[in-house]
Amino acid sequence: MSCERWEEKISAYIDSEVPADEIDALDAHLQSCAHCATEAFAQLKMKQLVSNTGKRYLPSREFREKVRRKTFGRAPARVAWRWWPAAALAVAMLIAIFIGIDYRRALIESDRKLAEIADLHVTALASAAPVDVVSSDRHTVKPWFEGRIPFSFNLPELQNTQFILLGGRVTYVNQLPGAHLLYQIRKHRISVYIFQDRPELGLPHTDGKVINTKSFHLESWADAGLRYYVIGDVGSEDLESLCHLLRSAARS
Amino acid sequence: MPLFDSLYNFAMWLARNRDEAEDLVQETYAKALKGFSSFQPGTNFRAWMFRILRNAFLNSRTGLKMSHSAHLELEDDSPLMPVAEHTPESILLRQINHEALYRAIEQLPIVFREVLILRDVEEMNYQEVAEALSIPIGTVMSRLSRARRLLRDMLQDRGKESKHVV
Repeated sequence: MSCERWEEKISAYIDSEVPADEIDALDAHLQSCAHCATEAFAQLKMKQLVSNTGKRYLPSREFREKVRRKTFGRAPARVAWRWWPAAALAVAMLIAIFIGIDYRRALIESDRKLAEIADLHVTALASAAPVDVVSSDRHTVKPWFEGRIPFSFNLPELQNTQFILLGGRVTYVNQLPGAHLLYQIRKHRISVYIFQDRPELGLPHTDGKVINTKSFHLESWADAGLRYYVIGDVGSEDLESLCHLLRSAARS
Repeated sequence: MPLFDSLYNFAMWLARNRDEAEDLVQETYAKALKGFSSFQPGTNFRAWMFRILRNAFLNSRTGLKMSHSAHLELEDDSPLMPVAEHTPESILLRQINHEALYRAIEQLPIVFREVLILRDVEEMNYQEVAEALSIPIGTVMSRLSRARRLLRDMLQDRGKESKHVV
């Protein structure tokens, strides 16, 4: 398929709305076509900017109060008793819907923050040079971070596994520096992000559970003052086995 | 009222006028309560509320005027220009300030602006956007793609202009 056909799909791709049967082909195309990868990266960046800029207007407190009063606060002057059960039911349904929305919004907010990890991963994959230190040797990659980030970490031995270390680079979330390691298994690439476990990071973790965000599998946990985020388009079993290796290395 | 801020923000982006936006939000809640029996439990409540607001806007004087001009602009159905070659640096868009982006979004035709706000700001999925705007998902997809392209073109043009000024 030519680039022109893919260009129409890139907007849907960054919204995670590409049909499942096309996603692998588009992924493969983006990895081999710098032109489309650059376009995807630019659109992703634009989407983030619009998301921030678009939350611009807030209603005044007076207006909020006015609508609340008009909507919920003013009872009709004379309500026939026979209507009370129906009115109570309608109010109860509205309250239930609003509570449900609040709960859903909390989940969406958590998902949105974790989606930042997916954005970092996609951005790295779209980059022509996704890592700054290119090496499959953990004894080369780990020391490279010394002096670049304010903490240290252990990397697992990958002998007798299908995983390959591709390299690493420094990354930032909410202005906190962290390590980004890139691994490969078969043709899939997996990002591992390690940060200090601090509230300013502003990211939740999944407490060791694999979740789905933007069509990627993601697992994250906190251990010994560090926060780990592992993300990729591999199956959950592959992701979990890399997480297991990382946990074992952290405790060694 | 958890949707209140979102509905107000959307109303402001549609009407671009505080008084009109307040009228739209007020009308939305009044209609939602009045027509609550028409809401089908299990369907998307958020999309339903946004649809009420958007319909109220389309029936307003500003809405009628804007949608008319938007249809005229949409009649230009020329294919999108191929993506220009950019270096990664040039498309990082790092230097775009929020004010420039705000002006650019404000100048987008209404049909592109509304789809962009619902998707990128309200983070609705395509199905929800389609329900809120009463349009097919395919149209959501093509309008979004076009909106993002238009926005970038507008910002790049502004960037060139400001360089000339300097």
